[in-house]
Amino acid sequence: MADGQPFPARRPPGLDAPEPRHPVAIVGAGPVGLLAALELARFGCPSVLLDDNDRVCEGSRAICWSKRSLEIMDRVGLGEGMARMGVTWKVGRTFHGDSKVFEFDLLPEDGHKMPAFVNLPQHEVERMLVERAEAEPLVDLRFRNRVAAVRQDASGATLAVETDFGPYELSAGWLLACDGARSPIRRAMGLDFDGELFEERFLIADIAMDHDMPDERHFWFEPTFHPGQSALMHKQPGGIYRIDLQLGWDADPDAERTPEIVIPRIEKVVGHRDFRLEWTSVYTFHCRRLARFRHGRVLFVGDSAHVVSPFGARGGNGGLQDVDALGWRLAAVVAGEAGNEALDHWDAERQHAADENIANSSRATRFMTPREGAERVYRDQVLRLAARAPFARPMVNSGRLSAPCAYPAKGAEAALPEVSAPGRVAPDAPLPDGWLSERLRGWTLLGIGARPPRAEGMARVTAPAEGPLAERYLGAAARAVILVRPDGVVAARWDRAPSAAEAEAERDALLCR
Amino acid sequence: MPLIREPNIADPDGFYAALLRAHEGLTGEESRALDARLVLILANHVGEREALEEALALARET
Repeated sequence: MADGQPFPARRPPGLDAPEPRHPVAIVGAGPVGLLAALELARFGCPSVLLDDNDRVCEGSRAICWSKRSLEIMDRVGLGEGMARMGVTWKVGRTFHGDSKVFEFDLLPEDGHKMPAFVNLPQHEVERMLVERAEAEPLVDLRFRNRVAAVRQDASGATLAVETDFGPYELSAGWLLACDGARSPIRRAMGLDFDGELFEERFLIADIAMDHDMPDERHFWFEPTFHPGQSALMHKQPGGIYRIDLQLGWDADPDAERTPEIVIPRIEKVVGHRDFRLEWTSVYTFHCRRLARFRHGRVLFVGDSAHVVSPFGARGGNGGLQDVDALGWRLAAVVAGEAGNEALDHWDAERQHAADENIANSSRATRFMTPREGAERVYRDQVLRLAARAPFARPMVNSGRLSAPCAYPAKGAEAALPEVSAPGRVAPDAPLPDGWLSERLRGWTLLGIGARPPRAEGMARVTAPAEGPLAERYLGAAARAVILVRPDGVVAARWDRAPSAAEAEAERDALLCR
Repeated sequence: MPLIREPNIADPDGFYAALLRAHEGLTGEESRALDARLVLILANHVGEREALEEALALARET
């Protein structure tokens, strides 16, 4: 499914005359790099975005976009479009053999603009992002620009770039390496990418068919149609289904990819042969990360910094959240409004998130592919108990789906609900005239039953103390003022109206001014 | 709550006999599976992470 017209490659100005230093260069125009450029533009920071290809990605790769990702994409004007185009779901069902053992609802409460998850192929998301980036004057998007070498000094990075028109040099104050799991920049810098390889092979297939499946995620342990292994099925728009089948470590990856073997396997899953193979691949998983994501003037964002197994949708969503926490900080650094140390805060927050993603992903993969011995015995007995004993059902691990982590936070704290504590994403809620998430676009003081102060550079939102908003932000308290960062994360909160100076001090601490 | 390390079952001999009866007629593999189920059931009954961690450590170091 290498679909779509190539994007136009233009002659870069650097071929004819040295280009002035760019504030930010981004390498890799996947979802992470494209979002990074758009997010920086949202804060007025220009960037140049280089990609060695001129097409959206092949196959479907990432398909599950979390509520948090949709909120992030909504800020650059794409969240509603993704939700409209994709398959919205929130219920996951897990089967053992042919009976259901566990069911989860990822968003049991109302009062959020975005749904729990939307399934949409990565290439569709990339196409939307490219269109948006091409229309954004602050984004200089250059296709078929391959980075051949990188060097950095105390004030920035210089790239040797190869194009169809010839080679040129480009320098930037900051370099974002969004160049994926095999990151050439990471390799060129000789950085270790440590972690764990799981000795298991999986077949991943996208098939087109008429099929009657509810908008849910289905996972099977040891189904009769694929004995002794696991299987996962996701619904995508346009009658496309994603099927993952565990194959065992001894499976021959080349043979398993051939239609002669894939088609009979899929036939057993769906019960008929009336389908078309759109894309197949055989893969193994790794959980790996860089020891740190900031290396001087080079920042590793998304898969270049950390990779996880796919059960839990923590790869693509984790990458978008890296951007979420970075954009406002980097734009402020570039504008001279923040110290460079703010980028170390970003690094620490995203390491914390990567560890959480890797822990969840490793645990799920362990449960799915237990080693012989005690691991296998406990896994099998959890599944067996789950059919009869409710307590065992939450132990059944078919993937813990991506949810934003709570960052360690130092901001002012008050006796208010845990769900909106400093370090957490400010939970969405309906306002009389729209959604709270739509109002959180820069530094914001949210006053509920209290009047927030007029602080320099901060928007003010006041809301009545009622409904889901009061539940999520007040609890038993009568009033609260919440300081929200530009990425929608709670920075500090008070059960009274703070002074402008207090709010500004909290912001300044986060910006390392 | 810390792990109870003093005798806590009213009829220790009776319980021991019941435990053996539960394993009667099982193969080694079946016994291992039964023990695993038992551990999971009892761990859930205990619930307290602190007590469970202490129990794991005690079993491991004995």
